[in-house]
This record gives sequence, C-alpha cells and structure tokens, in this order.
Amino acid sequence: MTIDTVKITIGVNGESTSADVEPRLLLAHYLRDVVGLKATNIGCDTTSCGACTVLVDGEAVKSCTVLAVQADQQSVTTMEGLSPDAEHLHPVAAAFRAEHGLQCGFCTPGMVLAAVSLLTENPAPTEREVREGLEGNLCRCTGYHNIVRAVLAAAGREAGM
Amino acid sequence: MSIMGTRVVRTEDPLFLSRGATYTDDLIDERLAGALHLTLVRSPLAHARITAVDVTGARAAPGVADVVTGVDIDLAPAKLSAVAPDGMVRPWLATDTVRFVGEPVAAVLTEEPYQGQDAADLVEVDYEPLPAVIDLRAAASDEVLLFPEAGTNTAAGFGLDTEPDEHLFDGCEVVVTREIVNQRLAAVPLETRAAAAVWRPDGDGDGRLTLWCSTQNAQSARTEVAGWLGIDAAQVHLITPDVGGGFGAKIGADPEFALVGWLARRTGRPVRWSETRSESMTGMLQGRGQRQTVTIGGTRDGDVLAYRLDVLADAGAYPRLGATLPYFTCLMAPGVYAIGKVESRARSVVTTTTSTGAYRGAGRPEATAAIERAMDLFAAEIGKDPAEVRRRNMVAPDAFPYTTASGATYDSGRYATALDTVLEAAGYADLRVEQAARRERGDAVQLGIGLCAYVEITGGGAFSEDASVEVHPDGTVTVLTGTSPHGQGHATAWAMLAAEHLGIDIEKITVKHGDTDLVPRGSGTMGSRSLQTGGVAVYQAAGELVELAKQRAAQRLEADPADLVVSAGTVAVQGTGAGVSLAELAVSERLRVDTVFDAGKPSFPFGAHVAVVEVDVESGKAVLDRIVTVDDAGTVLNPLLAQGQRHGGIAQGVSQALLEEVVYDADGNPLTATLADYAFPSAAELPSFTLLDMATPTPYNPLGAKGIGEAGTIGAAPAVQNAVVDAVSQLGVRHIDMPTSPVRVWEAIQAASKGNP
Amino acid sequence: MIPVGFAYVRPDSVDEVLALLVEHGEDATVLAGGHSLLPVMKLRLAVPELVVDIGRLPELSYIRVEGSADGGEVAIGAGTRHRLVESSDVLGTEVPLLAAVARTVGDPQVRHRGTMGGSLAHADPAADLPAAVLALGGTVVLRSLRGERRVPITGFYTGVFSTVREPDELVVEVRVPITGSAGWAYEKFTRRANDWAIVAVAVVDGRIGLVNMGPTPLRASTTEAALADGASIAAAAALADEATDPAADVTATKEYRRHLVRVLTRRALTTAAAGS
Repeated sequence: MTIDTVKITIGVNGESTSADVEPRLLLAHYLRDVVGLKATNIGCDTTSCGACTVLVDGEAVKSCTVLAVQADQQSVTTMEGLSPDAEHLHPVAAAFRAEHGLQCGFCTPGMVLAAVSLLTENPAPTEREVREGLEGNLCRCTGYHNIVRAVLAAAGREAGM
Repeated sequence: MSIMGTRVVRTEDPLFLSRGATYTDDLIDERLAGALHLTLVRSPLAHARITAVDVTGARAAPGVADVVTGVDIDLAPAKLSAVAPDGMVRPWLATDTVRFVGEPVAAVLTEEPYQGQDAADLVEVDYEPLPAVIDLRAAASDEVLLFPEAGTNTAAGFGLDTEPDEHLFDGCEVVVTREIVNQRLAAVPLETRAAAAVWRPDGDGDGRLTLWCSTQNAQSARTEVAGWLGIDAAQVHLITPDVGGGFGAKIGADPEFALVGWLARRTGRPVRWSETRSESMTGMLQGRGQRQTVTIGGTRDGDVLAYRLDVLADAGAYPRLGATLPYFTCLMAPGVYAIGKVESRARSVVTTTTSTGAYRGAGRPEATAAIERAMDLFAAEIGKDPAEVRRRNMVAPDAFPYTTASGATYDSGRYATALDTVLEAAGYADLRVEQAARRERGDAVQLGIGLCAYVEITGGGAFSEDASVEVHPDGTVTVLTGTSPHGQGHATAWAMLAAEHLGIDIEKITVKHGDTDLVPRGSGTMGSRSLQTGGVAVYQAAGELVELAKQRAAQRLEADPADLVVSAGTVAVQGTGAGVSLAELAVSERLRVDTVFDAGKPSFPFGAHVAVVEVDVESGKAVLDRIVTVDDAGTVLNPLLAQGQRHGGIAQGVSQALLEEVVYDADGNPLTATLADYAFPSAAELPSFTLLDMATPTPYNPLGAKGIGEAGTIGAAPAVQNAVVDAVSQLGVRHIDMPTSPVRVWEAIQAASKGNP
Repeated sequence: MIPVGFAYVRPDSVDEVLALLVEHGEDATVLAGGHSLLPVMKLRLAVPELVVDIGRLPELSYIRVEGSADGGEVAIGAGTRHRLVESSDVLGTEVPLLAAVARTVGDPQVRHRGTMGGSLAHADPAADLPAAVLALGGTVVLRSLRGERRVPITGFYTGVFSTVREPDELVVEVRVPITGSAGWAYEKFTRRANDWAIVAVAVVDGRIGLVNMGPTPLRASTTEAALADGASIAAAAALADEATDPAADVTATKEYRRHLVRVLTRRALTTAAAGS
C-alpha cells in the first residue's frame, strides 16, 4: 500500500514550519530532522524517559509518542524556544545552571520543559510535588537532588518545603 | 584570592540550556552529508545455530543501499578481552552461532532512517535453538559450552590456583557464611550508543577514517577501532562530540563503532548509526552480576579474625572488561577493616547474555557490598551493634600507608571519623529508640537503619595523563586534556586549575578534549581518575607555563625571573609597575606547554553512609527516607561539581539496593529490555540527600585529590540494603538480596516466619 | 523505533469517524491521545492500515452532570484528557474517586494526552480507570451508524485488551453515578510512581474494583458480599483474592499479588469507611 504524505503546519518556537510528512513521522523526529532543532533528545521507545518532552500548546508532552500530524496547526515549544540566547536564559533554565541541575545534559531539555509545564500548573509546589511532577522524566547523572532544588528555586521556594 | 575549592557554576551550561548539547546523533557536519543510516538485525534467541540468512526481500525494500551479513565481512573476529581464552571471540555479525538476545546478525543501510526498520524486518534468519546458559553455576560446570573450541566457559580466574586454607577460621568463636547475589545492572546513560563515520582517500593506501562516537575515552577507542580494522592508529581520526553519560558502559570502543567505519569504507559513503533504547538494553555493556559466598569469623567480643570471599562472575556472551573486574573485587575484599586473614578468589564465566563491563564502581561496589553485608551478619550473630563492630575492626588512622591482607596499599584514611560523623548527623541513637518503639507497637511501617563504611580504589586503571595549556595573543587560553568528560564538568574544573596559575578569567579558558588529532594521547574518564591524573596534569602544565612566561618576560623586562610574579594574566616585576601580559608574550612565539603527570599509583577514597528506610512489612515495600553520607575524596576542587558526582552516585547505589535488576528468563530472554520494565528511578522514588564534608588529602598528587565519581554508589547500595534487612530483622530476617523489591522483602518475611532467616 | 506506515485521517465530526469505521472495519484504528496505541505501534505489535484521529474532536471532550431516574450521573466525553478529569471541580465534588484515580495515571505528560475513552477501550488489565469505573458501576456508551448502545462496565470487558466493542463502534462517552460524599479510596501499589500498578484496589460506596488481578478488571464480589453480611473489614478483605486469576511477571508472583490484594483491599476499605 502506498501511503500519501500529509501536509502539516506547526508553529515551532513562534515560527511557522510546514512540510509534507509521512503520517508515521513522530513529532520528535519532525523537530529534529525536518525543522533541524536538535535539543529535543530521544532516550527510549516506551514513553518512559521524558527526554523528548516539549510543550504543545503550552502543555508538556512526550514528542516520541505524538505523531507530527497530530500537532498540525498547533504550537510547539522546544528548549531552543525558551531562552533568546545563551546569555539570557529562561528563569527555569537559569535555575538549573545556578543549582547544577544538569551534568551530561541529555535529559535536560525535556526536564526543563517538564519543569516549566509543572510550574505553569502549580506555581508554588512543595518538594514532594516537584518530585511527583517530574516523575515522567528520567535523569541518570544528578540523582535529581539538584534538579529538584533548581525547580524549587525557580518557584522561589526552598527544599524541604 | 584562590578559585580552588570554591563553588563555581559550569561554563558549559549556558549552551546546554539554550541550544542544547551536540551529541553524536545531533551532528550537522558537511562531511556527513548524504550519509546512509545503519539498522542492525539482531538475534531474538539467546543461543542458536544460524542455518540460513535470506536478505533478498530486504535488498528490494525502498531506500536500501546495502545489506551485509557476516560472510561479507573480511575482518578477523574481535578478541574483546585480553585475559579470556583464545577461542572466545566475537564475530562482527554472527555467522554460525548467536550467543545472546540482541547479537547483531545483519546490517541494513538505507537512505532514510525510517526505511531501516522496514527493511530490517524483511531479513529472514533461520535459527536452530541451542540450550541457553543463564545460571552462573551451570555455566561454570561447562556442561554446555558457549565456545566449544575454548573447551571451557571460564573466561578469567583470580586466585583460583591457590587452594583454600582449611585453617583460615581456626580460632574463631563465631563463623557465619552466606550466599549473596550482586545483581546484574544496566548502566542506562540517557544517550544510547551512536556513531558516524566517513572514510576518505588520502592519496595513497587505505585512506583515513573519521569516526564520531559516544565514548568515555577517544584515544583508546581510536586504537581499538584501528586494531579491529587492521589499519594504523594514525589512520583513524576519532572525535567524541558531547557524550550523554557513560557510567562505565561507554569505556573504549564497541564493535559496532568499527562496523560503522567498515561499512563507510565498503559503501564509499558516510554512515550513521544510533541505537534505540530497546537495542541498547541488550546491546550495551551491563554491570555487576556476581554470585558471592562470604564467610566471616571472629570472637564473640566482636573482633573479626578472618574473611573469605568467593566470587562467581557473569562475563556475558563475549568476555570484555567485565570478565576482569572481579580482580578489583578480590583486591578490595576486606574494605576498611584490619582483618588478619583474608582469602578472595573469583571465576568469570560466559553465559548466553549481554556482555558485562564496567558500571559505576566496576568491581569495587561488589567488594563493599559483600564485606558490609558480612559485617552485619557477624554483628547479628554475636548480638552486637553493627556500628560498634565496624568501629572496633577498622584500620586505625595512624596505620597509613596500610597494606591489607588482600594486597592493596591504602594511602590515607580516617575511617572511624567518617563513621562517627554520619552516625552523629543522622541521630543514630535516636533512630534506634524510634525503631524500638515501632517494633514494640508492631507498626505496619517499620524503621530500618543501615550502615556502610567503605574504601575504594580510584585512578586504578591508568596512572598518567597528558595536558597542554596555551595562552593566545588575544588573551584567551586553550587547555587540551586526555580526559573525556561526559557530564563531570571538566570544561569548568580544568579552567579553574589553569586560572589558578594564570590569573585569567575562566570564561576565557576553553578546554578541548576527545579529538585524537588534537589530543593524540590520553586515557579518558573512568574509574574516578580524571581530577587526580588529568586535572593535576592541567594544573602542572599551567604552572610550567608560568615559569616559561617568567623566563621570556625576564628578558623583555630585563629582570631576574625570581623577582617576577604572575597575577591577572600579567607577569610583573614585584614591587614595581613594570610588567607584560601573558597575551603579549604569546605574540612573537607560541606560549604553550605540553606536559604529562604520572601519579604512579591509585588513591583510596573512603567514607561512610547511614541510610534510614521505612519498610511496610505487610506489602514488603521499602522506601528510602534519608541517607547521610561522608564521601572523603581528599581535596575538593569545586564543591558544586563534587557534590553533583556524589548525588548521582548515591542515586545509582540506592537504586541498586531497592529497584534495579536486569532479569533473564531460563531461555535467556531479557525481561527488562525497555525502560518501562527496567526499574530506573525517577525523582519521585528518591529523597534529597544529606552530604557531610570531610577531606583527607592523598599524598600521591600535588592537589591532594582522590576520585569522587563512584564513591556515592559504592557507599549507598550496602547502606540501603542493610537498612532494609535491619527493618525486618526483628521478624527473623538476616539477609535479602538486592534489589530488595517488595516481593522479595515479603518472601523473606514469609521464609523467616517458617524458620529460614 | 517507529511504526509501520499507515494512512491517517483526522475527521471533523463523530459521524465522519463512524462512516470511516464502517468503510474500513478492522483495518482502521482509532487514535485518541495515542498513549496506549502509539507505543504498541512503535513496537510494531499493532499495524493498522488507517489511523483515525479523534483526539481533537471538541464534541468528545466534556464533563457534565446529568440527571437520571435513580439519581444523578456524570457523563464524561471519551476524548476528555486525564488532566481535565483529575483537575475537574465537578468530578472532585460529585465523583471524587474518579478524579483521584486519573491523577495516578502515568505521569503528567501522559495525562496531558491520554483520554478517558482511550484508557477504557484499550482494556489493559493493569490500567487504573477501568477498575475505578467498575467500582463506580459506570456505563460505556458505544456509537455506530447503526445507533447507540449503553453497555454496563460489568459487561464491557471480554479479556486482555479486548472488549465487546464492534469494529464499527466508537466509545463516545462514559457515565458514572454521582457518589458525592460516599466513602472512597484508591490503593495503588507500584514500584515507581509512574509504573503500571502491580495491584490496585478502588473502593467506593461498598463496591470494590481490582486492577491487575486477572485478564480484565474485577469486582471483589466475595468481599462485597461478606461486608453486606456484616463481616468485619479485616475478615472481608481476607477474601479479596477469591475468584481472581493474577499473572506472574518480573515484578510479582501470583501468590504475592493475591497477598497484596488482600492487604490493599483492607486498607482501601478502612480509608473509605473513615471518609464516608
């Protein structure tokens, strides 16, 4: 069976992008290989690790488990879209730096976007709420200690609250 | 003011947090334009004879440029372990026999990545199943041989040629023995393995391979790949882009990297490969995997007199580094204790499973887990407090350098101080009171307090490292290092070490690594070696550069070099205004120093952990409430980074104790081959950690630094395991293997109630 | 990992969806949030020829209170995402069990995409919401061009990943009775926070739904009957594994699941009793 491609238009970090894509193209691959934004990483096949987390219409989703065609006519934010440049980091990204919330950096884009989404839904979380709010994002380097501190710091809270 | 020892945030982070890092699969490089994408067809069976491979369907699939099977490859099979018998070699693609689920059987090259799996599904392989060998004792029996030509399943042995001393425990009032499993783990760096290669003619001969890959040591990976391909090391330019974690599993090169290079030569086109997580969970080296028998003996007063550790280790199908790691387990057997008589021996055997290699700690956590479990078993048997028994048997602070009965010479240590520090901070006495109250009440949720005192060995693989420091005419500085950071923060830490001598802001210092044309020699980042070797080399190079600059400035300033001082990037005559900047000195002649630092021997970090767990004795679920640690790695360069290493290490240790295990069924099928099944913890399963500072410098290098990368893991796993056992010890339980999962804890309680502790 | 190729259509109405299901029959698969379907498509365990995306149909996303003869019900559109269910004030007041159970599904990203209808129709024995709807005594509304039928949840599941839904039918709504202040509890036992339940127990108003104790969600009928006969919670909960058929896997043995369901049932009943 030959499969027709589908023309889609997705706003990515405020800019309109468009392409004819196979329906099976995953949003993560659309962002990486069609749009050319490589910050979004893919760490598993089972919707487990969250490395591919992006915002779709402001909500965190795992872009390896969303088809690009499902995001047609919607707006996507990747880590590249959070901060204008390296010198002017988004407050959550800046908190990750200040608290050493990243080491190898592979989980970081997804983790930062999950944190942004979490703080949108709960601007003043407790430590427990941060930990549970990030349950869909795996990090092997930090033991989460400093990630949790960074998210609490970005919310103006302290660990142990 | 010195920058050393201060909390400096990472210089690499602004890029990582805006545009993101550039891992191998992210590379956009014109040399890789038009690259083919490699998809590997992997064995679904653990052990089988291949009777037929049909690639005709795959060849006809859309976008397929080439399909390769083992018979197409003109390279000798790879010998991946120096110590294993000759016959234990791995074919590039299996031709006759497959020996683990996930072993590559065919290579499919397609124009687009999505075409790869479609075509791979069309490769038809006929298998004739052979018996799987999973159990280590079954493997050791040699009943079913994986490599009949080798005549044995034993890949390596340590101490096997000396007979056990039948009098080892003579004079002991109490002798306890127990079988312990230190389970197989997956390293799971978030970035899976990836490689990209282009082979370009260089006018004569074979041409030159440029290979990008995700590894912890570019230089040794280059040498291995060149050897496998049968070309000169100089013909390989190996580059490591950013590396998304390694934890030991990315030490050196994997055969797949060389295959990518070979395919680039065969097809005359660039080739890229990035494995999926499901492939990685069977293809990437795994860690641990030991069946241990511990026997400990001593007096009823609590003096440990003798200790024996017998290890049966799982090398997996094709012996690699994992086959030799039990050497470290044997060497470190007695841990922090001054035990008069120690015997340790190990046998590594092949099984029809994924090969094993290093995983955070690499042989030492297995030693610590064994002795720390043994100490608790001994303390329980004589009815004494485990803290007291530990303290009583520790090597005294004035005994260093101290050579153990197993042959390790420890450099420096204050073991009892570390233990007392964590006990005090954790409120040990109060915890025991709380525990007693819960036991008295018969609460469903019981408290467990677990201890671990440890010493480990760091910088034990390669003792020397290269470094170069160059000041450029624009005032910027380039540092070249043979270490290979993949999250550790060397870009920041090595800049601090150079800045300390040069007085130049770290933002102006660029640290380069992982490019074998730029840095031809180096031993990479593993075994917690980097600061004490590579960092010291950078520190030494910057110091030598200052002396060189003084020589040059002395001529220009017509001053005695002894009167010159360097600060803020300028060489000045002390007490006068006269001076010249390092940048100016680099204008007429390059201002660069290349140096080598050789520590000559490893160092021995140590520490103590107290873990507090709550165990629901009805469901068996254990939750870590607190962990308090001292991880003394000598002088600390950047506490922010050192703590980060401890946090990550602790989490991996906790997770070994509570959650993680690679499981195979009896037929050799992996049951934990996705992250949905392999219990990698999230933030929700862990608490924040309490870290206490202690720094006992090593005399072996000018910084006084030991390694910190693996300490947290080594200390945390036994502490948490001991805590879980402690929580249910009043029910008669003496031991629970890791991971202390709910079902295991429940079964241990059931067994104890029937009189089996 | 990527799915086998398929054709894709995103209709603008339920009627269009139903027409497509008639036209394509079993070759078509409905995609809602995709968090059950896409993972199995990526593993190539599901290979549909046509994917019909209902994920953005506004007419399938709602939570509303509706009166009925025997008291009120809450109707939830099949396309309503878990995030809306867990944060719904209406459900928080009228059917608090359902909001609480939705909050335990997967992780935040999964809850942003996954839907009520998808979770019920997928029929994973380890899923949370089917057992909760079972405990609630809910109804699944199926629609096709042939008409609409309401299937009590007790008759909806036929086995692992299978239901009475015909290939031309679409799950369009779930209806659950208002339980208001009736005592409820959800005891979910996992290794990790975002794992599937090893075992879970939903209790509301004396009814007990079990997760992962057999090929379909089950009612702990023996325990319910014992309670009705005046047995103590402890005595009744000790019967919770009767007529169950749990599987063994890498996280648990059959015996352990049987033990666990007795413990969790006692705890859930105790919590529910305290809260009513």
